[in-house]
Amino acid sequence: MQLTEDDRAQLAGDRGGGVAMAMRLVVRLAEAQGASRLIDITSAHIDSCLFHGLAGLDFAERLVEFGAKISVPATLNVTSLDLLHPDLYRGDPETARLARRLTDAYVAMGATPTWTCAPYQSTVRPGFGEHVAWAESNAIVFANSVLGARTNRYGDFIDICAAITGRVPATGLHLDEPRLATIVFDTSRLDKSNWLYPVLGHLIGKLARERVPAIVGLPPASEDDLKALGAAAASSGAAALFHVVGQTPEAPDLETATGGLAVEVVTIDPEALQAARRELSTTTTSAIDGVALGTPHASAAELRRIAELIGDSPLRLPIYVNTGREALITSGVEEALTAAGVIVVTDTCTYLTPIMDPRLKTVMTDSAKWAYYAPGNLGLEVVFGSMEECVRSALAGEAQFE
Amino acid sequence: MMRVAFLVPGGASGPVISLDEPLSFWGGFDPETGRVIDRRHPQLGRSLTGAILFMPTGRGSSSSSNVVAEAIRLHTAPAAVLMSGADSIIALGAMVAEELYGLTMPVATIGDDEAEVLCGWSNARLEPDGIISAI
Repeated sequence: MQLTEDDRAQLAGDRGGGVAMAMRLVVRLAEAQGASRLIDITSAHIDSCLFHGLAGLDFAERLVEFGAKISVPATLNVTSLDLLHPDLYRGDPETARLARRLTDAYVAMGATPTWTCAPYQSTVRPGFGEHVAWAESNAIVFANSVLGARTNRYGDFIDICAAITGRVPATGLHLDEPRLATIVFDTSRLDKSNWLYPVLGHLIGKLARERVPAIVGLPPASEDDLKALGAAAASSGAAALFHVVGQTPEAPDLETATGGLAVEVVTIDPEALQAARRELSTTTTSAIDGVALGTPHASAAELRRIAELIGDSPLRLPIYVNTGREALITSGVEEALTAAGVIVVTDTCTYLTPIMDPRLKTVMTDSAKWAYYAPGNLGLEVVFGSMEECVRSALAGEAQFE
Repeated sequence: MMRVAFLVPGGASGPVISLDEPLSFWGGFDPETGRVIDRRHPQLGRSLTGAILFMPTGRGSSSSSNVVAEAIRLHTAPAAVLMSGADSIIALGAMVAEELYGLTMPVATIGDDEAEVLCGWSNARLEPDGIISAI
């Protein structure tokens, strides 16, 4: 593999042991991926700040101890704590202490304490064609698909190593050809609904597996719709990039999306979509105990929509909504939501950490991703519905569908 | 004689477990117990500790590297992970555990024909030179 003089200097420890350790991992990854060289990145989004155990803490504290600092702007993903509302945390205090140490380590390395899984909802975000190193599966798929920035599916550890070294292997989605669609989904038989996008994402993620999907015939989608679609596809499969022909930047038409190559076309019929929707629920009961929204973190527009749907009506069941600090401020509805009894969670996510009332046994969500992970993480039953259905159900005191 | 292509080289031996569906280590695997906890996974509850684990592809969360490293630290990880496609998220977890603790969990890719043969074996040994055989 070709390394520049600067790469070799970093590897040799000229900028300290922390930088050398980071570069060692970047180079090992490049070798494992068969890369011939490294390329520069303009930013990183770091997922490693979420506490999963001592291994992650040992890693971050070793980097800090050996003097590592980031060399490109880096945002931080969610943590296991709500740092703005620490009283919401119901977990073990020792875990909270370790999780706090982990966040301190990443801030000490110079990363920006954004604590959101939706960094693309910020006013500052990567432009078309920029190479970045983003972690967090929903952020990766959004950066590639909706922004047209270029990132591989970076995971914990390599995200901070990329931010420290400013370098990543020139492989995969950083290159042109792997970004072409290799399977086409025809959705022209599907009607637009409030739950179309996450359910379609769930289905496409499963069907596409490691292939790059291009979707044709999709009703016009907002950024929030594409966020839901991508997050679902990244949870049910390994999606890091999808194209929506006529809507996303690398797919002005099908020929551009596929590079003119003939690829398999799969037609999604309404029955398959209904079946996928049913799959997202673990129970058919209407007796729900609460509602979980904001996975990925709710945008300002989504927060305003939730406030609007609640209006002046009293909530019969608790609604938890996760969001980022910037979106919350931009939305201007924090007070309205809190006054309505909505539990606003920042900096983390309700499926990651003990925040929800443990008496909640069956929870309704509008997130395919939350529906996927909460049963395993929290041991509860999940009912899937659109955001509108979820809020209506919280007002009614039981699951209600359109 | 069958050969794998290492992402993280090393030797290992153990019972062969083939995952029927892709598994996200984060959210789908508990590093404290070494068991599958994804309630939608057909092998829910199965212990993967010490296994020569074959999985077609990785799935889902980029936090999986962290869970893999934690499982290696806690000695609940598979003995080795073999995949059809190169999944750097699992490999990175193994690289970091090696960097921090000097513990190696080999990660490799294996061809489709070889994978089919492997899945017919009860136990396998992976040599540090990439040769894998039934035991």
